This record gives sequence, structure tokens and C-alpha cells, in this order.
Amino acid sequence: MTTNTPVVKLRGITKSFGGRKANDDIWLDIYRGEILALLGENGSGKTTLMNILTGLYYPDSGTIYLNGEETVIRSPKDALDRGIGMIHQHFKLVDVFSAAENIVLGNEGKLDMEKAKSDIREICKKYGFAVDLDQKVYDMSVSQKQTVEILKVLYRGADILILDEPTAVLTPQETDRLFMILRSMRDAGKAIVIITHKMNEVEELSDRVAILRHGQFVGDMLTKDTNAQEMASLLIGRPVELNIERPDPVDPQPRLEVKDLTVTSEDGVLKLDHVSFTAYSGEILGIAGISNSGQKELLEAIAGLQPVDAGTITYLAPDGTNDELIGKDPFDIAKMGITLSFVPEDRLGMGLVANMDLSDNMMLRSYRKGRTAFLNKKDPRRLAENVVSDLSVDTPGITVPVRTLSGGNIQKVLVGREIAAAPTVLLTAYAVRGLDINSSYTIYDLINRQKRNGVAVIYVGEDLDVLLELSDRILVLCGGKVSGIIEGRNAQKRDVGLMMTKLGGGISDAT
Amino acid sequence: MQHKEPLFHIVRRPLLPWYRAALIRLLSIVISLIICGLLTTMLTGLDPVKVYKTIIVGAVGTKRKVWTTLQNTAMLLCASLAVTPAFMMKFWNVGAEGQILMGCLATAACMLKLGNLPPTILYPVMAVTSIAAGAVWAAIPAIFKSRWKTNETLSTLMLNYIATQLVAYYVVLWENPKGSGAVGVINADNHEGWFPSLLGQKYLLNILIVIAVCIFLTIYLRTTKHGYELSVVGESERTARYLGIKVPSVIIRTAALSGALCGLAGLLLVAGTNHTITTTLAGGRGFTAVMVSWMSKFNTAAMLLTSFLLVFLERGAGEIATVFELNTSFSDILTGIILFFIIGSEFFISYRIVPRTKHSSKEAK
Amino acid sequence: MFDLVSFIPRAVMQGVPLLYGCVGEIYTEKSGNLNLGIPGIMYVGAIGGVTGAFLYEEHAAEMNGLLAVLIPLLSCILASLLMGLIYCFLTVTLRANQNVTGLALTTFGVGVGNFFGGSLVKLSNSDVPSIALSTTSKFFKTSLPFADKFGAIGKVFLSYGFLVYLSLAIAFFSAWLLKKTRVGLHLRSVGENPATADAVGINVIKYKYIATCAGSVIAGLGGLYYIMDYANGVWSNNGFGDRGWLAIALVIFTVWNPASAVPASLLFGGLYILNLFLPTGAHMAVKELYKMIPYVVTLAVLVIVSMKKKRENDPPASLGQSYFREDR
Repeated sequence: MTTNTPVVKLRGITKSFGGRKANDDIWLDIYRGEILALLGENGSGKTTLMNILTGLYYPDSGTIYLNGEETVIRSPKDALDRGIGMIHQHFKLVDVFSAAENIVLGNEGKLDMEKAKSDIREICKKYGFAVDLDQKVYDMSVSQKQTVEILKVLYRGADILILDEPTAVLTPQETDRLFMILRSMRDAGKAIVIITHKMNEVEELSDRVAILRHGQFVGDMLTKDTNAQEMASLLIGRPVELNIERPDPVDPQPRLEVKDLTVTSEDGVLKLDHVSFTAYSGEILGIAGISNSGQKELLEAIAGLQPVDAGTITYLAPDGTNDELIGKDPFDIAKMGITLSFVPEDRLGMGLVANMDLSDNMMLRSYRKGRTAFLNKKDPRRLAENVVSDLSVDTPGITVPVRTLSGGNIQKVLVGREIAAAPTVLLTAYAVRGLDINSSYTIYDLINRQKRNGVAVIYVGEDLDVLLELSDRILVLCGGKVSGIIEGRNAQKRDVGLMMTKLGGGISDAT
Repeated sequence: MQHKEPLFHIVRRPLLPWYRAALIRLLSIVISLIICGLLTTMLTGLDPVKVYKTIIVGAVGTKRKVWTTLQNTAMLLCASLAVTPAFMMKFWNVGAEGQILMGCLATAACMLKLGNLPPTILYPVMAVTSIAAGAVWAAIPAIFKSRWKTNETLSTLMLNYIATQLVAYYVVLWENPKGSGAVGVINADNHEGWFPSLLGQKYLLNILIVIAVCIFLTIYLRTTKHGYELSVVGESERTARYLGIKVPSVIIRTAALSGALCGLAGLLLVAGTNHTITTTLAGGRGFTAVMVSWMSKFNTAAMLLTSFLLVFLERGAGEIATVFELNTSFSDILTGIILFFIIGSEFFISYRIVPRTKHSSKEAK
Repeated sequence: MFDLVSFIPRAVMQGVPLLYGCVGEIYTEKSGNLNLGIPGIMYVGAIGGVTGAFLYEEHAAEMNGLLAVLIPLLSCILASLLMGLIYCFLTVTLRANQNVTGLALTTFGVGVGNFFGGSLVKLSNSDVPSIALSTTSKFFKTSLPFADKFGAIGKVFLSYGFLVYLSLAIAFFSAWLLKKTRVGLHLRSVGENPATADAVGINVIKYKYIATCAGSVIAGLGGLYYIMDYANGVWSNNGFGDRGWLAIALVIFTVWNPASAVPASLLFGGLYILNLFLPTGAHMAVKELYKMIPYVVTLAVLVIVSMKKKRENDPPASLGQSYFREDR
């Protein structure tokens, strides 16, 4: 650890998007030979701030000092020329190019691939990367792509590296390997910033932590001088006590029976492997797993959106009749009289139409009602007004396009519409992702209300603490297989974590 | 020490109120008209006031010119309305030209071969065949698109030329008189299959039909389930699938509707206006319609105004060309300039240019 | 019997405008711009050359061979460059819709071509009845002096004006540029993923401008070739026809490879004039059906290419979309 002067000083950085302040007068220092964790909830402005430092966004006001000198960074090129490189959460790679082509992209001078490759191999040796330089990016796993991203920045000679949520898509082993590499780069004197919202990563990896909340800088401190409790309270602004209500299920009946469900993605990857479980009415079944373990495919298969290789999905209606859902599209399922609501992960790309207004979005599920060829516009308008007032959606009116609302309000509109259909099964995917605490609690509340009404809720989440407090039972997915199903009330976070990374997780009492 | 800060940078605007957006568009049209006037002055030496006067005289100077302008507006509007449902679905139908020609071909065939049928049968037959011909011609690329995602911009384009050659083939077959290389006026003596004059105006029926189409399409797009479905498909195919909308059938259905209206335009052109068939009967309207529809943001009333503006200018520029013995393509140049300005003005509706603010005080809000 | 020795040179002469247009559009599309204005640009390129040549022929007492070629060449380049700049300013700087801008550019360009083609004589107060630049054309058509000495081989390979060989040189040079050089790598990345290119410091706007304008100039040369070489310097309105559209469609056929544009445009040049070589029998009308062949083949190719999904054959991933850095 060094006590030198900061290599980067950000002073009074402010940036707004369409009237909303993503960064508000932020001050931040970055030092050489140090790993800085930039901690904050989704939407707290971490990524925006770093995008400003790397020239992708231009700040509305504020100053950047590099090595003590005032610097204007107008473009990513400016940033790279000054040794600042960023590894984005959504990789910025050209899919049809090879690893080597991606790495040399943006450099100047005559193109000599052979020389470039040997230079890259040199870097690989130094930090311990393993990568096939001729492999096309579209053939790579996410961890391989990340390696290419890091190499790209190193090859350009960056000594300030920014990584945006680098572990979100990695397995634990891959995460360990990444951390090792980051430490060796720090020891080589580079300044490293990692953007994260995971407390354990901050503690494990960083030397210093800076915390943002609602676009404002809350404070920074040496990691060894703080603890998770303190960080969490700074992060959220009040001492956290997740206290989510968990009423006991009343008269649970089997509602949805999934047996040996197997799904292969379009490019031939096995996404779900003989998944079996039963969801009960009046119960919340949580689905845990690291991202991309088959959660999306599972929900979409039930909702009739995902072609299935094998298995059955049976709907057991309250009146005792059974219906097979496989091979039906959402419209077929609705025609069978089953009200199955689905809050998908991709709110604006799937659940809602970004350019339509609130009222027209309310109509998406119900527009087919009625025998005439014409739309009934009155009911959706009333529904929109109800959702806006019941869920206190912050909007200038029901005739504005939904894309103009903030993330939390968009989600309220979506969840409000799905619940208005009075479903018997409710599927939700990452229902609180990117939402502030208040909106999150509104959503938990809505979900619990559905549970009390006897709805079978399937809740896919990423925050284990929430899953453990909200779910009656938790199904853990690991690489497309069911790693185990455990009771939510006496589940231990550590056990679930283990099951996410290893089949069975060493626990034998799966129910 | 002064550091290089960009002179300005561009940010996305929040939604503009409609009147400000309309003002920006209006302004762009005014500027483009001024430039058109200056250009005309440069080429002809005519003083600018006279340029505009000649344009107005050319477009609406006499009663006959008024009717021709209205008729041309109706035809362009009809084509623009026709391509609109396809565009709302993000189906780039640049094949309106070919679809109109197929409608023309079907109408001409009926008039030539079935002319002796009683009018009560002949007119419906003409209507049905021409509309069907246009619909089929648009459904073909839609099937390719929904099946294999074949690029519809290029496939509809190629179908234009296939239609043109098909018409060329029949023009040779139906040549009248032999050796003239043209079909000539069909049923010139008995007017079989010709649209009747209303109130002594031979174009009035055409115009009324297009007004009816305009009303029909406005209702279809805004208030029916079909219209809603196609805009969902256009905005996001994933959402459409999430709702269980059968995307391929919506694509084919909507493209066929688009083609059907083009076929109708073909009917109006042959039976209502020209009473003959040539390979250039559609006259580029299919392409202009694409731009009219897009610039009007799929608003049928705006389409009416845009069509009128373009036809007005085309007729006016035609007058200037005739007076000065210049080529009639002059109107295409003016049309092009106006289009550039309207297209470019969209930028100022969606974006804002922020000048250098570095050393001024922070923004108030 | 099918006369191959007279067929091939004519196919080549038909193919050359397509080749210019196609290679020009490949550059444009590689930068992520779908330029439907190419047909208009080719008209403007042609009329640009014609105007330059016309004024030179009118004013020069004695024609100098070099100037007779250079003046039209430069005026053609300048005119098509201007068209490229209009397109870029609207779609790249103002982020306008590419399809609509392209169509407007074609309306404008064809209008400019036909207007000046039809009015040049009148506008310049000249006393000639129509534009017939036979002298200039002769310079453009000058072929290698020893071409006739080689009989059939000479006729098939050596009998053309310099613009034919230039088109081949441009095509092969472009293939090398796109595949083997850093400029090519950067250009391809701009068309595939502008955000990525931007993030590594490639000036996306600059690349889009340069590639699109270069593409316009190359396409414009196709128009110049048509009028000066193929049409013997005689302007006729709409004479260039729909070759510009075919050139755009050809791009898909060549899977964005300028080198494969050579055989492809030769093939389509052949299809374009095939109707002259096919027997018609008693029905002259059948000829009109034969003229359909290039379009039907293009359509079939489009469908077949789309049926066979292969990653390397996909168009540049950002084709048709405008790029704004701060879009999220």
C-alpha cells in the first residue's frame, strides 16, 4: 500500500440524463498500487462516473485531475492515451473478430498480427492469462471474453484499470482467478477500480472502498478500517435490517408440476437438465443460482416462450383438472383459462413496449378481450390510473411513453399490470433489480399480497439475503440442474451459496 | 492554462411538446423553400418573387390545374397510406412501386378482357383483382421475411423491377395499334371499365375513394386490435412473442394490407385517371410515399399535408421547367432539397446541442 | 449458336458500373451505413463528368487527351463526393434514418442527373442540339494498342478502356485494405460494433464519413464509366436505369467482399444483356420476360443467403443504425 498522491482526482462531477441526476457533485481519488472498490446499489451512479472518467460520457460540470493536472477527457481515445482503460460489464467486443484482432483494435501503426500476438503472449505470461488468440469471440465463454477485455486494456498500456461488476457472470473459480490477476497487477503498480455491489468482494479484494448513494459520494475509507455493517449502512443510508414479511402459506395445493424439464438453447448449449419441482398455491418458491444457470429458460419455458426438448409442465387447476403447458404459446395458455402472469427480466424489451404510453401498455395483456375487432381503450386507461395511484407511480400522466419513467416506476407499472390480471401463477425474474429500497419493498409487499391470495409465486432473485427472507422454499439451480430445494425458514446463506456453485452443495436434506 | 474542451456536445432531449416539434418541422420547410427559391433564381435568372408566383400558378393557377394537383395529391397520399402499416411494423416496404404496377396490370387486364361484362359485375371484379394483385406482390417478401428474415428492403426492391418487366411484357402483347410500342387508351370508344365522372369532375371519385381509405386506415391503425398488434410487433418482437402474438402471420397480414392498398392505387390510376398502362405509370410515387409516410411519423393527417406540399411543389417546379424550357426533373431536385431539410430537422427534435459551458456558472437545475 | 466472344466483352461492359457501385456500397456498409442513395449518386457522378467534359469540349480550342480525361474524372469525383457528404451529414451527424435519407438522395440525384442532362445545352447557351461527347468518349475508350493483335483473347481481355481496369484494381485493392490493414480492421469494427470501436479510441464518426464518401466516389465512377465509355458520351435521360439498385443488391451476393464483387458483377452484367442473346421465337414480348432474369436471380440469391445462416455471412451488425455515444 502506498501513501502517494492520487493519480486521479475527480472534483465536483455532475451528469444528468433527461432531467435525472446520475452523478451529483462527486469527489473521488484513485491511487496507484491500490485496488479501490467503488461500492453502490444499482442506479447509484457508479458506472456513469467511470464512463465519464473513460470519456464515454461528457460531464455536465466538474473537473478531472490526472497526476495533479487538470485534464479534459473528451473521448475514450483521450482516456486510453492517458492510460485509463475500462472493462465494461457488457463486453465491448466485436463478435466476428478473433481475440487477437479485438485486442489490437484501436492501436496505431502498421498492422502486424504476428508481432502483436507475440506481444500479447508476453503479457499473458506476465499475469498468468490463458487465451487462444485465434478464437472468434462468438465462440467464447463469458470468462474468456472478460480475459480478452482485460488483455485489450493492458495491451494498450493502461495503468489505471476500471472493471465494472466483473464477477457478475463468473463462477467462483473464475472469480478467484480474476482476483489473483488483479492483485498481481496492483503489485505491479497499477491503479485498479472495481465497481461492485457485493460486500464480500470488497472485503476480500480491495484496499480502499468508496461508496456512492443516489448519485452522491457518501465517503471512502480503508477497507481494513471498516466492516460490512458500516458499509451497508452507508450504502443504504440507514442501518439495514432487511425485514421482509413472510406469512405462513395457507392451505398450499400443488399448482404447477415440472418434471424432467430439459432445454437446449438455439446455439446448442444445454440450459436446463432434467429439472423437476412442484410449485404450491399460497407459497413463494425462490429460485437461486449464479446468473445464467438456467433461470431465464426455466421461467420462459413455463410461460410458453421457450421451446423445450423434453419433460412436462402440468398446471393443476384449483377445480382439480390438469393441463399440459408444453407446446402452448402464451396466447394458448390464456385461452385455456389459465391466468399465468410473468414479470420478465427484460422490462422494456419484453414486458413493456418502451415507446407506448402507460395506458397502451396496460392493454398488452388484455387487448384481445371482447368480440369486436376494436380495442377497448377505457378499461386499460382506468387500470393505468389505478396502478399509478395504488403503487404511487411517479409519472406526469398516463399518456407519456413508459421509457421516460425511472426504473422503479417502470417496474411498478409492469408488476401492477401483471397482478391486475388476478393470476393463479406469478413468475417474476429479478423483480427488484435496479430498484431503490423503497420501491423494492413495494414490490415485496405486492408479491406477498399475491401469496396471501393463494397465488403460486415463483421468484427468481439474485440477492441471497432477500431470497432467504422472502421465500417459503428455495430451489437452487447450478449449471441448469437442480442443486437442491430447501426450506426458506431455516436455510443458511452459506449453504445456499455452496449449492449455487456445486451440485447438492454437500447438503443431503433436499426436499 | 487553457485546456481543450469540445466546442459543444450533443445530448438527448427529453420529450418535446408537440407544438415545439411542429414548429421545428415548419421552420425546416420554410428554410428549404427559401433555398429552393434561391436555387431556381440562380438557374433561371428569374427574380425570387416571380419564382414563387410561377410555382403557385403552376400548381393551382387554373381550375384544371387545381383538380390535377388534387388528383396527384390523392394518388401520392394513397401510396403513402398504403406503405404506412408496413412501416409501423418496421417492415421496409420499398416495393410500393411494383405493388401499384401489379394493381395497374390487373385493372388493365380486366378492362381489356372482361370489358363486355355488365358494369355491376365488371367494377367489383376490377377492384378485387387489382387489390389481390397488390396484396400478393407484398405478401411474397413478407413470407420470406417471416420465414428466413430475408432483407425486405432489397427483396421488395427487386420485385419492383420484376413487376416492371411483367408490365413491359403485357404492353408488347397488348400493343395497340401494332408497332406503336404502347397500349394506347383502353376502351377509348365505349369507356368500359372507366370510372364515371362525379358532378362533372372526372377525378372526384378517385379523390373520394382516397379520403375513404385515409379514414379507414386511421381507424384501423388507432382503434383496432390488428392495428395494435402490428405496432407491438414493430416496437418489439420479443414483447409480441411474450404476449403470444403470432408474429409471422401479423407480418404477412400487414404486408398484404399494405400491398392491397397499393393495388387499389393501381386501380385508381388505370380506371380513374390514365385509362392505359405503361411501365412508368406509378411514376416513382412508391418511393416518395416511403418518405412521406416516415416524415409524417405515421400520422395520416400529416401525410395529407406532406403529400399536398410535395405535389404542389412538383407541379410548380414543372411549370418553371416548362416556362424556361428546362427538364421536368427540376421538380425532383426541389423535392430532394425539401426532403433533406425535413429529414435533418428530426435531429433538433430529439437532440440538443450544448455549447461550451466550462467556465460559466453551473446549470440552474 | 451462343457467341461467347462477343457476349463476354458486352457482359464486362455491363458489369463494370455494377462493380463500381457494388464496391462503393461495400465500403459504405462496412462502416454501418446502408446507403440507398447509390443509384442517385451514380447519376450524379455521371452528370458531373458530363458537365466537366461538356464545358471543356465547348471551350477548348484543341482537346488535350490528358485533360479530356482528367477534367471529367475530377468533376465526377467532386460531384459524387458532395453527395456522400450530404448523406453523411444527415445520417451520421444528424442521425437521420438511413433508409429515408438514401431514398431522398436517390430522388435528388436522379433528378440532378436528368435535369442537367436535359438542360445543360440550354443553360450554357450552347448551340449544339444535344449532349454527345464523342471526342471525350474516344479518350476514355482508348484501349491497349496491341489488343487487336491477340484475336479472341485480345477481345475478351484487352479491348477495354482504362476505367474497366481501374475498377478491377479498386476491387482487389479494397479487398486487401479491408482484410489485411489496420484501417480495414478499424472500419470493420465500426460497422460491426461502433460502441466497441469508440471505446478503444477509434473515431467512429470520421470512419463513417470517410468510408461512406469514398464509397460514393467509387460508385460515382461507375456512372462516369457508363456515360463516357459504354454510352459513347451520349447522355439520355434515365439511360443509366436501375443499375444502382442492382449494385446494392449485389453486395449481399458478394458477402461484403470486394474481390468476389468482380465475378459477381460480371455474372450480373451477363444476366443484364442475356436477353439479347437468347432466342425469342415468334414472340418479341418474351424478351421483356428475359429482362426480368437479373432481378429474379437477385431475389433468389437474397432468399437463399438468408436461409443459410452463417455467422461470417451476416451483414455488419450495426448496419442501418445510427450511433450516438451516450445512448444507453
